[in-house]
Amino acid sequence: MAQPRPLGVIPLGDSAAYVEFSSHLDLEVNSVVQRLALAILKRKVAWIRDVVPALGGLALHFHLDHAELPAKPLDESLALVLENLKGLSSKEEPGRVIELPVCYESEFALDLDEVAKKAGLPPDEVAHRHLSGEYRVLMMGFSPGHAYMGGLDEKLAVPRRTSPRAIVPAGSVAIANEQTVVYPYAISGGWNVIGRTPMMLFDAARARPSLLWPGDRVRFRAITREKFVEMATAQ
Amino acid sequence: MSIKVLRPGLLTTIQDHGRHGFQRVGLCPGGAMDPVALALANALVGNPPDEAALEVTVIGPELLFERDTLVAVCGAEFDGFPHNRPVLAAAGTRFNVGRAARGARAYIAVAGGFAVEPVLGSRSTYLPGHFGGFQGRALKHGDVLPLRDSAAAKRFASLRKTRDGTVKWSVPPGTLPDREPILVHVIEGQHFASFDSNSQRAFFDTVWRVAPDSNRMGFRLSGPPLGRPQADEILSGPTCLGSVQVPPSGVPIALMADHQTTGGYPRIAEIASADVARLAQLAPGGKVHFAKCSLEIAGELRKHAREHIESALRGIAWEYRK
Repeated sequence: MAQPRPLGVIPLGDSAAYVEFSSHLDLEVNSVVQRLALAILKRKVAWIRDVVPALGGLALHFHLDHAELPAKPLDESLALVLENLKGLSSKEEPGRVIELPVCYESEFALDLDEVAKKAGLPPDEVAHRHLSGEYRVLMMGFSPGHAYMGGLDEKLAVPRRTSPRAIVPAGSVAIANEQTVVYPYAISGGWNVIGRTPMMLFDAARARPSLLWPGDRVRFRAITREKFVEMATAQ
Repeated sequence: MSIKVLRPGLLTTIQDHGRHGFQRVGLCPGGAMDPVALALANALVGNPPDEAALEVTVIGPELLFERDTLVAVCGAEFDGFPHNRPVLAAAGTRFNVGRAARGARAYIAVAGGFAVEPVLGSRSTYLPGHFGGFQGRALKHGDVLPLRDSAAAKRFASLRKTRDGTVKWSVPPGTLPDREPILVHVIEGQHFASFDSNSQRAFFDTVWRVAPDSNRMGFRLSGPPLGRPQADEILSGPTCLGSVQVPPSGVPIALMADHQTTGGYPRIAEIASADVARLAQLAPGGKVHFAKCSLEIAGELRKHAREHIESALRGIAWEYRK
């Protein structure tokens, strides 16, 4: 594949730049965005405080009070992206692999039957297919530690629930369209819940507060209810 | 050294300039809604500008100072305390902050700052995640807030005072509205052109009101609903402090300090960074209208705001040097 080019640079006000590569989800474009974000982070540019890889591009957030902030940070942001794009290896780096234990038992899999009905598969098969996939963290957002992961089996690509749940329990593993997510906090949400992990996805007391990071590869491992309880209490 | 909370007020939290570098894992910087007022309050008591202070909202707390404490309040004008100048609160002073008469948020800085541990590089309270600040939450009745030691009280003693023990001078407020509606500058958002022409006009012609269900995450703006002729879903992407999103309900939401770092709603506008702190000084019901500006003008506004702070900081430094 030819290396993707930015479609343009969009100002997020005067405090950030969004360099857009694609207006729709393209996993190969996202993989370039992930590598670019890491390359730019490595440069430790003093006037850039946050580098945020997103589904179709990346945002650079400026340190507005920094003495080195250029007069035209938007232009400089695009230049920085183009420069790092040039030096980017065409080979995808393997990335970390994180294995997340998930209990797919019915008490946690609130929407498994409905997903099974929509997908025309037995519930066990839905869990099995979810479990067999390898996923990639494409973007994080919504709440701290909340990873949008691509790589879901096409057969499981069902739309979001028509009415969102007021509270999705923390640790819920959910799917919608072609992605899977894990909810770090109990929060309202509209994705179809098919299991739960006992792992704490975000803990501000850890030096690396988030369990998942952009670009990580993720696999799920099925655990029993007993194992879930044991792991949840051990944390 | 400590301060006891006798009444917590509507929403009182510890805030500094926020935690940066974690937006890629979905954590917003957070921090003071009005960082200008925070910086001035800190300077008045001899703290660095990004030291943590109490952010008080609309109805202030009642505090008991257990030791002599040098304190300053900047930002919204509450009826219970002299503003924009350092005040030495004697041990045993009960300080009832009162209600906001002008503006919505004030910062109570104490010399030396609050002795709470930073979390991920910041003392700011992040309410949705229950961490930072004082036990990760808003203050409650009976809380005892530990303070760090400071030599600022001694320095205060060297300042010239009026008969009531306060100083004669004060710093000019930077972010308070003289009148409403306040004027807030925006540049067009990525999806501005996808809104119908009536909505595009209405966005700039309407005097918007801050809705009651607004909070540190976002300000919902009451006015005519805004719409797009092709209500296609857009790819979720990064957001920023001051992004104005329009969900399918048509009610615009201005993203404030504790905003989500990504969003799937079209963004009609992006507020000039210098004007976000001014918007933060509107209480629910407060009025705002938007004016289009260029990126260059947004930069000029930022420079202007910066100069205001720096001139105030020089003034304070000069008073303390005498």
